[in-house]
Amino acid sequence: MKEIKATMAGNVWKVQVSKGDKVTLDQEVIILESMKMEIPISAEVEGIVEEVKVEEGSFVDEEEVLLLVKEE
Amino acid sequence: MFTKLLIANRGEIAVRIIKTCKRLGIKTVAVYSEADKESLHVKMADEAYFIGPPRVNESYLNMEKIIEVAKKAEVDAIHPGYGFLSENASFAKRIASENITFIGPTEKIIQKMGNKVQARKTMMEANVPVIPGITLIDTDERSVKKAARKIGYPVMIKAAAGGGGIGMQKVDHEEELMKVLATVIKKSETFFGSGEIYLEKCIYSPRHIEAQIAGDQLGNIICLGERDCSIQRRNQKIIEEAPATFLSEEGRTALHEAAIKAGKAINYTNVGTVEFLVDESEELYFLEMNTRLQVEHPVTEETTGVDLVEMQLRLALGNSVNEVEKSMEECNHSIEARIYAEDPVRFFPSPGTLLTWEFPKMEHIRYDFGVTEGTKVTPFYDPMIGKVISKGASREDAISHLIECLKAASVEGIKTNIPMLLQALESSAFQEGKATTRFVEEHIQK
Repeated sequence: MKEIKATMAGNVWKVQVSKGDKVTLDQEVIILESMKMEIPISAEVEGIVEEVKVEEGSFVDEEEVLLLVKEE
Repeated sequence: MFTKLLIANRGEIAVRIIKTCKRLGIKTVAVYSEADKESLHVKMADEAYFIGPPRVNESYLNMEKIIEVAKKAEVDAIHPGYGFLSENASFAKRIASENITFIGPTEKIIQKMGNKVQARKTMMEANVPVIPGITLIDTDERSVKKAARKIGYPVMIKAAAGGGGIGMQKVDHEEELMKVLATVIKKSETFFGSGEIYLEKCIYSPRHIEAQIAGDQLGNIICLGERDCSIQRRNQKIIEEAPATFLSEEGRTALHEAAIKAGKAINYTNVGTVEFLVDESEELYFLEMNTRLQVEHPVTEETTGVDLVEMQLRLALGNSVNEVEKSMEECNHSIEARIYAEDPVRFFPSPGTLLTWEFPKMEHIRYDFGVTEGTKVTPFYDPMIGKVISKGASREDAISHLIECLKAASVEGIKTNIPMLLQALESSAFQEGKATTRFVEEHIQK
């Protein structure tokens, strides 16, 4: 299982996938927003979204797990 | 003088304005969002009013709410600071219609300089040199490519209504042109509510030098010297200094004269900044005009002895520029370093709580801070949380004081750019005065 982590602290602006979705390597899955900056988070691996651990609008710390992806 | 002033801003600039008001005996009114309840500016002001949720459009950009507070608190003036509503012409107009003084130029001037296309046109007509460029009337592939070829690569694609480094992107090759154009248009529509775009020649390795001007209601314009703000990351300034070093006396005079010409062309009133790019041969190109107090205004204050906030207030009252007194001792050189709550390597924001925020007490150092120990730096606003300003008898002096100060500083709980500032200040390129706007990519992100 691959843990997709936040690269910076900030608010979850957009969650672009749900549980069961198939994702690809560079696919943008979540967009974080902090201090006027948007940081897209990509899936990093190919696989199926096992769990989305955050909601839009919630605050996350750097390194916090956002998503679990079951690698294929 | 005014009796009560509302500050439509937050953070370090609100604190900075309150300090001058206290010295002049003016009562201050702060406004704050849900995220700023415990902020320094709220504690320092005589009165503070809650204006809404953390999001800027529901609080610090909420014109009607701010005006409602101004009326309730019975203020006679509103200072917009920088950012937020400071360059919003309708805000200036609304305030005037309530018979409250807006600390800044008139609505018409703000409007004229706010649109970059119009500002360019105004400056061209006034014989102020501008960067060769073309406004895009059609955004079809053929017209855009033709325009870009005419200017010559690399070109900059810019949002007409843009600012603060947002809504501009460089294009090196024709293949990237249409893709980048689409991104800039989209950004411009989202952030500035307009898709108007222009293409501009990219001046490859310039210095960013700006002139501080001030105008009164009698039509007088003076120049209070220049600032070199070449050290930038993500098109935002991080280190600024006055005067600009390694600019010939002729170059300096030409820059001041061009700035005064720019001010006269629009009958500028109050304090403002004319930004230029300056290339290797000291050719000047008008970049934009900021019709407000600038973040880096302290280096001008330290080298001229003028309190620019006080000057703003006096000019708004109708005083002439010649009456404005010098209130501080002047020095020869001053450098400002902006402290950002961000990762010093990737420049990603780093919100969190300031567990430690310690800076040494030093004779040659001024601190303009918006935070103290224990402050929660939230993800809602700009990551700039404070400024350290050094002064010295020479540039070398100012640099060494600043380095000594930042080395002794201790910040815990969040990441800051202090290591990166030190790296920049200690680099030979900066110390030898060779820094251009490409400094960060050439000397920091090697």
